[in-house]
This record gives sequence, C-alpha cells and structure tokens, in this order.
Amino acid sequence: MTNTAVETPTPAAMKVSDEVAIQISQMNKWYGQFHVLRDINLTVNRGERIVIAGPSGSGKSTMIRCINRLEEHQAGKIVVDGTELTSDLKNIDKVRSEVGMCFQHFNLFPHLTILENCTLAPIWVRKTPKKEAVETAMHFLEKVKIPEQANKYPGQLSGGQQQRVAIARSLCMKPRIMLFDEPTSALDPEMIKEVLDTMIELAEEGMTMLCVTHEMGFARQVANRVIFMDQGQIVEQNEPEEFFNNPRSERTKLFLSQILGH
Amino acid sequence: MSNTHADTVLYVRDTMLEQQAPPSSTVGPVGWAKDNLFSGWLNTALTVLSSLFIAYLLYRLIPWFVSPTWDGSSLSNCREILDGHEGACWGVIRDRWQQLLFGFYPPELYWRPILTLVLLLVALAPVLYTDYVTPKLLYFSAAFPFLMPWLLWGGTVWMPLMAAAGFAIGFAVFTLVSRLLNAGISISVAAAVAVLWWVLLAAPVANGIASVLPLALEPVASRDFGGFMLSITIGVTAIGCSLPIGIVLALGRRSDLPLVKILCVGFIEFIRGVPLITLLFVASVLLNIFLPPGTNFDIILRVMIMVTLFASAYMAEVIRGGLAALPKGQYEAADALGLDYWKAQRLIIMPQALKISIPGIVSTFIGVFKDTTLVSIIGLIDPLGLANGIRADTAWNGIYWELFIFIGAVFFIFCFSMSRYSMYLERKLQTGHR
Ligand SMILES: Nc1ncnc2c1ncn2[C@@H]1O[C@H](COP(=O)(O)OP(=O)(O)OP(=O)(O)O)[C@@H](O)[C@H]1O
Ligand SMILES: [Mg+2]
Repeated sequence: MTNTAVETPTPAAMKVSDEVAIQISQMNKWYGQFHVLRDINLTVNRGERIVIAGPSGSGKSTMIRCINRLEEHQAGKIVVDGTELTSDLKNIDKVRSEVGMCFQHFNLFPHLTILENCTLAPIWVRKTPKKEAVETAMHFLEKVKIPEQANKYPGQLSGGQQQRVAIARSLCMKPRIMLFDEPTSALDPEMIKEVLDTMIELAEEGMTMLCVTHEMGFARQVANRVIFMDQGQIVEQNEPEEFFNNPRSERTKLFLSQILGH
Repeated sequence: MSNTHADTVLYVRDTMLEQQAPPSSTVGPVGWAKDNLFSGWLNTALTVLSSLFIAYLLYRLIPWFVSPTWDGSSLSNCREILDGHEGACWGVIRDRWQQLLFGFYPPELYWRPILTLVLLLVALAPVLYTDYVTPKLLYFSAAFPFLMPWLLWGGTVWMPLMAAAGFAIGFAVFTLVSRLLNAGISISVAAAVAVLWWVLLAAPVANGIASVLPLALEPVASRDFGGFMLSITIGVTAIGCSLPIGIVLALGRRSDLPLVKILCVGFIEFIRGVPLITLLFVASVLLNIFLPPGTNFDIILRVMIMVTLFASAYMAEVIRGGLAALPKGQYEAADALGLDYWKAQRLIIMPQALKISIPGIVSTFIGVFKDTTLVSIIGLIDPLGLANGIRADTAWNGIYWELFIFIGAVFFIFCFSMSRYSMYLERKLQTGHR
C-alpha cells in the first residue's frame, strides 16, 4: 500500500486556486491545564488536499475538529470560507453546513436507513424538498457504489460500506470542504481500498480536503501537502515526495521509519 | 478418506458431505424436555418435585375458584349455597362490579366513561401501531386530551376548547416571536402568554360563549368518580404527561446552562426523595392552605398533577440513562451535519435514547398505574378503597379474596398488556444485526 501509483501524474482537475478556504492563525487550545494545540498556523487554499500525519496523541484529531467547531479553541483565529469561528451560533451553523466530516467510526445513525441518513441533513438543514433530497442522495450513493443498499440499516452493512455511506452523507450537503479523521483505520485491509478509491475520486474532482491518515500511499497519490504534527505543534510540512524521501526533522524521520516499517 | 491424515499431512476432500438432520433425540418436544427438564439427576429431581407442588396447588385452588356462587346475594347466602364446602363467593363481584369499575358515577351516564375508553384506544392506535394505522388519526389523538375531560366531567364544551385554544395561542406567539428572537426566548414568551390565557381569560371567555351557545353535557362531580375509571383516568394522564415532561427534565439535567441544570436536578432529586403519599397529602390538604380562599381546585386534578410530577422525575432519570448510553459520535455526527440542538435531539438523539430506555419507561408506566391505588389514602375511592367500602356492607362483611383477586386480575391485564407491547416495540425497532 505504501507505493501505489507513485508515478500517477496529477490530473488536470486537481488544480489549486489562490482563493483561501481555511485560515488558521496562532490557534491554541487547552484541555483543562493540558496545552493540546500550540500556535497552529495553517492556510489551506481551495482545491488543496492536505494529509495530516503524526504519532498518536499529537493533536491531529483535535485540530481538524476545531475547523468545524466540534472542539472550541481558546486563542487565535480560525476562518473558514470567510466566516470566523466564534461562539456565535449562526457562524458555527454556517461553517458546519459547508464543511463535511467523516469519522473513524463512521457515526452513521443506526435507527435510520442508509437513504434516510443521507437525506436527513439536506431536508432539515438545507430545507431541500424531499424528492430532490432523495435524488441527490441516490446520486451520491451511486457515486460511492452502493445504491442497492439504500433501504438497509447501517448495522447491516460492512465497515467499508458504512464509511462510504458516511462520505455520501457528507457529500449530500454539497460541502465545499471535507474533513476526514482516520477514515480507514477501523477497517480491514480489503475495505480500506474501497474507501480510499472513493476519496481519491473526490480529490480528483477538486474537493478541498483535510485528511488525518496513516495511509502513506494515499498521501503520495493525492496530497499536495503533508503536515506532520507532534506534541500539539506542526513540526514539518512539505510536498509529499519531498516529505517522504527527504524528511528534515528528526521526529519526522523517526515517525516515518516506524510507520513505513523500516 | 478419513484416515488420510495418518499417512500424510496433505489432505484433499474428494466428496462433499450432504446436509443431515440432527439426531432425533435433540429436537422437538422430546429433545427440549431432555435438555431442559431431565438433563441430570438433580434437574430431574427438581422437575418432579416442582410438578408435584404445582399439581397440589391446582388441586387445592381449582375447587375454590370453580364455585357455584355467582348468584349469591350475600356472604351468608354464599355459605348456604356452598353447604360446608370451601369455595369463593363470586356473588360479590356480580353484585358490585359496576361500582368497582365506575365508582359512584351515575349509572345512566355509564356510556360516557365507556365511550371515553373506546376513544382512548382509537387515539392510542396511531401512536402505538404506526405501521398499521394511518397517521391522519394523529389529529384525533391530539384532540383527545381535551375531549376526555369533557366526556368524563361534563359541563360546557367551551372550557376544554378554550384550554386547547391556549396551545394554539402559545404556538402562534412562538411562530411570531421566533422570527425576531432565538428559540429559547420564544418558547418562554409563548409559554408565558399561554399560561396568562389559561389563568385569566380562558374561563371568562368560555362562560361568555357558553351563555350565548350552551353546548353542555350533564356535569358529574369529582367525588362521584371511583373504581377503575378513576385509576385509569389518573394513570393515563400521568403516563401521557410524564413522558414529555421527563424528556424535558432529562435534557435539562444534561444542559450546559447552569440555571436550567440546577432547577432540573433540584426538582428530580426532591421528588424522588419524597414518598408519593406525602405528595398526595400535600395535594389534598396543604394546597388548600396556600391557594386563595374560595378557589375551587378540583381534587382529582390536584392528584393528577402530583402523580404526573412524581412519574416525571423517575421518567427523567430513565431517559437520562438512555441518553448517557448513546455514543458521543452520534452527537458529533449530528453537529457536523449542521443540525441545531433541537433538531439533533428530535431526529437523532431522542429516537435512539428512547428506544434504549423502553424497558425502563414501561416499568415506570406500570409503576405509576399501580401507584394510583394510593389515592385511597386521601379519600378518593379507587378500586381498593371501594373494596374496603364493600366489605363494610353487612351483606359482604368478611369477604376478602374475591374482591382483591378481581382487582388484581384487572390490574394485571392492563400492566401485562403494557409489558407485551413494549416487547413488541423493542422487536420492531431492532435494526441491524450486531
Ligand atoms: N476531551 C478531552 N479531554 C482531555 N484531553 C483530551 C480530550 N480529547 C483528547 N485529549 C488529549 O489530547 C491529546 C490529543 O488528542 P487527539 O485525539 O487530537 O490526538 P490524535 O493525534 O488524533 O491521536 P490519534 O492518532 O490516537 O487519534 C491527547 O493527548 C489526548 O489524550
Ligand atoms: Mg485521532
């Protein structure tokens, strides 16, 4: 998995514009006394695909969860699509409806069918008419290649299928940015591929993506930047080729040697 | 083929085995009995002993139950019929069953509580059996809480209609205000307006209309209510109101707003810390001291409020258990999709939390229904109170079991139905196969 399609040329669609999608400046966060994120500065342009890596407990999840305010930051500034995240609920709702998120454990709603999972937010948040919402949902379910499961419940699907439903569910809100928090780390190897393929397809369509993952093959293939975090800080960021072949910091080297199994 | 292994490690199966039936001694009734009743000497001994015990009980009980005293007109008359044999005196049930069911409700008006019970079942149908009953009936379910008191207590139809109007007014105020202000404030304003309407305006307006257009049923006083009709009226009201109030209290207890949280915790812990009987005494005696003199606050209504509050506190804790059992990921997924607090609660959290809590909720329901017998302590004549009254009659003085068996059987039918329904609901809501 480490060297899938290293030679794949970047598709033309994967262009990055100059427009800023996410701007994080001097962001700090504490859990009680524990300084979990320290002076995070990060600018993401529209169409950029960023992979975030780092050892366990380094604050990767916390950082991307700050972007849609699942976690609150105590200092610094986060601006998403021109909307600054403050305690103003209107802004938070606005950002959340524009930012999709996929979780490690899928978090599908087990009491609703796959189709209902996908149409719920469009109907109740975007006020889309039901018929249109169903059409959109079927469109995205086809895209993640499981339209035939639409009337089943999440508990009846495999992990990989559930994660693809979770991606479809986010896409139904037509988000401009997608966040992924270790979307494949709860999956068996053969299911990882089906989820990664879906994500690669999404990347090729120009979606702005931030992805916490340890799938380095995926990082090489689609990322235009890899960010390495440790102890709540961004330690190194670089283009994937450079990052993997020529890591600068000692921590990165150590991490890569562990994760690539040398 | 079977000994290939002995010769070499390589093993290839060349014929596949057909499916075979399991040995006959392990299936069917014989197999079941062998597994469950006679699987060892201890088990066999216990089976034999308990069968003997059950047989003995039935041998003694059946003759007592099957006793030809249905027409007995008094306990001594029963004894004559039985002529020295042991047996129940069922005559008391024949003589007094109407009283046990309706208390002192005027017999010519019995059709009203009966109609109310039938309509109650109709109103419950679309709520309980969503798969089989058209949701249009829910409009009737919504109207039923206003229809029920009118049918039971009688009086002018305008009073319940004005009470219903309070909800309509509150809702209208909410829609208007929520355009300008946030949901929390709008709800408070709407509630305040509705309460003002009920307290100050509803009665005069109802009386005003009634004087022009008198549409009324013959009124029945609360002191004439009794028997199972009373238990069911109080029980159904408390059950119906405690669920929504319990949900609100449970959410309040988990709220981030300190004031809301303190209020809810205080209420729940206070009510749970006090016996229901104390609350009933408060309802029957103390409230009169605090209320302005001359206010006529119906005793059954007071009891209903107390029982409802009591049930709500327990309900809140049961539902809080369900909420706590939900994985945090469900809240996060709802947040991440942009659902606001109320939508997330209504569409994602509550359906799952309530489903988890079904056994606890139904236990609370059953408990509340049975607790309605406690109202006999403050002088309302529930079935148990009536039983005591009947035994004070010279004709039936000395009778015990027959009345209590009858009352117990009726309670059992209600409680067992609730329990069976909850099992049906759990099976129905089962999704997935984990
Ligand atoms: N709710 C919380 N309260 C207190 N500490 C927390 C909380 N959530 C996370 N932490 C701590 O913050 C640090 C960063 O956690 P985070 O989940 O962001 O790490 P991560 O980089 O995503 O790790 P992993 O790869 O294991 O998912 C960890 O040390 C964790 O123990
Ligand atoms: Mg994490």
